[in-house]
Amino acid sequence: MLGKTAGGLFWMFRYLERSENTARLIEAGFRIALTRPDAAKDEWASVVETAGVRTAFLERHDDFDGASVIDFLLRDKANSSSVLSAIETARNNARLVRTALTREVWEAVNESWMVLKEALRRPVREADLPGILGLIRRQSALVRGALHGTMLRNDIFDFARIGTFLERADNTARILDVKYYVLLPSISQIGSSLDNVQWETILRSVAGQRSYRWLNGTDITPRGIAEFLVLDGRMPRSLAFCVSKLSGNLSYLKKQYGHDYACVELVEKLGAELSETSIEGVFETGLHEFLTDFLRDNAALGAQIEQDFRFYG
Amino acid sequence: MDDSARFFDELRKHDGTPRRPYEEFCGWFSNEDIKRLKTKSREAETFFRRTGITFNVYGQAEADERLIPFDIVPRIISEREWARLTKGIEQRVRAINAFLYDIYHRQEILRAGRIPQELISENDAFLPQMIGVAPPGNVYTHIVGVDLVRTGEDEFFVLEDNARTPSGVSYMLENRETMLQMFPELFSKIKVQEVSNYPTRLRRSLSACPPSKTEGAPVVAVLTPGIHNSAYFEHSFLADHMGAELVEGHDLRVIDGRIAMRTTRGYRPIDVLYRRVDDDYLDPLTFNPDSLLGVPGIMDVYRSGGITIANAPGTGIADDKAIYSYMPDIIEFYTGEKAILQNVPTWRCGDPDSLAYVLDNLDELVVKEVHGSGGYGMLVGPAASKRELAKFRAKLMAKPSNYIAQPTLALSTVPILAKEGLSPRHVDLRPFVLVSPDKIDITPGGLTRVALKKGSLVVNSSQGGGTKDTWVLGE
Repeated sequence: MLGKTAGGLFWMFRYLERSENTARLIEAGFRIALTRPDAAKDEWASVVETAGVRTAFLERHDDFDGASVIDFLLRDKANSSSVLSAIETARNNARLVRTALTREVWEAVNESWMVLKEALRRPVREADLPGILGLIRRQSALVRGALHGTMLRNDIFDFARIGTFLERADNTARILDVKYYVLLPSISQIGSSLDNVQWETILRSVAGQRSYRWLNGTDITPRGIAEFLVLDGRMPRSLAFCVSKLSGNLSYLKKQYGHDYACVELVEKLGAELSETSIEGVFETGLHEFLTDFLRDNAALGAQIEQDFRFYG
Repeated sequence: MDDSARFFDELRKHDGTPRRPYEEFCGWFSNEDIKRLKTKSREAETFFRRTGITFNVYGQAEADERLIPFDIVPRIISEREWARLTKGIEQRVRAINAFLYDIYHRQEILRAGRIPQELISENDAFLPQMIGVAPPGNVYTHIVGVDLVRTGEDEFFVLEDNARTPSGVSYMLENRETMLQMFPELFSKIKVQEVSNYPTRLRRSLSACPPSKTEGAPVVAVLTPGIHNSAYFEHSFLADHMGAELVEGHDLRVIDGRIAMRTTRGYRPIDVLYRRVDDDYLDPLTFNPDSLLGVPGIMDVYRSGGITIANAPGTGIADDKAIYSYMPDIIEFYTGEKAILQNVPTWRCGDPDSLAYVLDNLDELVVKEVHGSGGYGMLVGPAASKRELAKFRAKLMAKPSNYIAQPTLALSTVPILAKEGLSPRHVDLRPFVLVSPDKIDITPGGLTRVALKKGSLVVNSSQGGGTKDTWVLGE
């Protein structure tokens, strides 16, 4: 496979994942804005922070009001992480790697782009927002379904999955990091209604409310949430889950190519660290410090993958 | 008022009954509900969009992707008509390859005085770098698209030879695919020759010309300028269906006298490069130094037998519009036979007598730029306004040698499904020809382009043309 093709697949799936994650962030922020109007502005600010686009946002807007944030995250072409930019970048990468995709996958991503471009042609009215956010999630599921149902399990599939999980791990870690203060046992007042809403928001933004309840009943605690999203290998958006998937796909590549890679070492080290850690240990280190380290290692892993498989040269 | 007397309609005879190749189709059509067909027609458009069969338009805001409109009425050619066409095409393509070999070696045709020396030596399409280079298998034009027009029952003319990087073959294939999906019942009634194996034939044909340094089965790759090129869909389509890598210049470099592509596991040599990049951009060390689309050093590798470039650099000298007018002589010179397919009479405006004639008859002629393509910079005299004629006259007089003129041909018509039902529109035809050392392989079909505007003679997609599926009937 061409290095460029591997890189195109990687970025195509990173951006698809990003568009879905951004939609979920908006969904969670919107929920708070509806239920706790007085907390709305802070919540929108934290959504922008989580999406990693604070500087870009403040260049265009003075205030974290809902309409500006939603428009910036959904439609603004100046924001490379907006849903519209992300789906366009994903689709351009899909065109670049067209020969590595089945017709079904290509058509799914091309159709998503057409549908979302049309849906996001004009600013989205509040009344239409839930429908549009649902549409974004469904389109994303469509591409994923086509990928799973039709693609050969070879290196092409591995690079697609690696992009997905690297992006997802980054996203979950950032959601936790931006909200880390509400999860700190020492500061949060257990049982206060503000915190309950905040915690629920975290679960909502990773589509984890239902799974969390299955595991813990209605006992929503900061420790429980942190453990769920950092260490629980059954939760498909947890750090542990993403790293184990990355590790799996990278070791398939190692086996297929019959070669050792620096990125395999990195991911194994990251996996070992997570499996040896308990949630108590995480809080001892400091949740924020732990997440900062993780984000750094995750980014370094991405850079090493680019280099090991010659995405650019 | 009625055009039917002036133009040959391929579907109906003068008495209104269908011509033989269209009889079964017309039988089917007369039982169809126009509304249902219209719905099908819209479905086809959705299908094309979803599949991404679009072309990019240069110089337009937002890098718009457009569809080439598709018309569902097929263009049907009988087996007998096709047999005659293929004979003529084969003869012509053989002559083109012989001409290219000669022009880059001994130049016998110039010594014999059959074409003027300066037409070659002063032509930008002639590449001195190719002098004395024998391409693998002596094949210059691996892929040729011959543009044909029809003016009567037995009258076909070659309008243009496309010997550089002819495009449009993906439309031939996808048009058929669309028709098969929409009207399967038609294909069980009517025996239409298959076109879908074109990519396999292309791969076979390219693999039959490996360079001398090939080891094992030839590795084939398609070189594209990238996703912003107007024909990118076609490049990826062909690579996909041939099972070849789709590469860009920056994926390639010269290693140990070979062209190698950067893979996830290191650099791997390529044997045959089907390039969809123009000569000028192929090698910044040899041609345009600013080109980022090509591969620095590829010409040296080519000359030393490290790679096959398809089509060979320098083939443009064979499809130049000024050379075109000499094609009957060229065919006769190399094959010893009269040309089977006619050339359109052509006035070279660089010649003072011809120029005078062209200026006197501008409103009846079609005038084209020698190096133009895509229907740009072209004058269709009978359709032009007084102002347009005057403007073009000035351009023509400023640089006569830049133009050729031809009579306005009475292009045949095939109906399209218009608002009111079937309505005749002018068409041309581009069959695709594959050349390998042992064989000239013509896929039975081609790209039929149709001028969608009533009365228009310009079929180019950039000028509002559409396409049709082209059927060659089998026994």
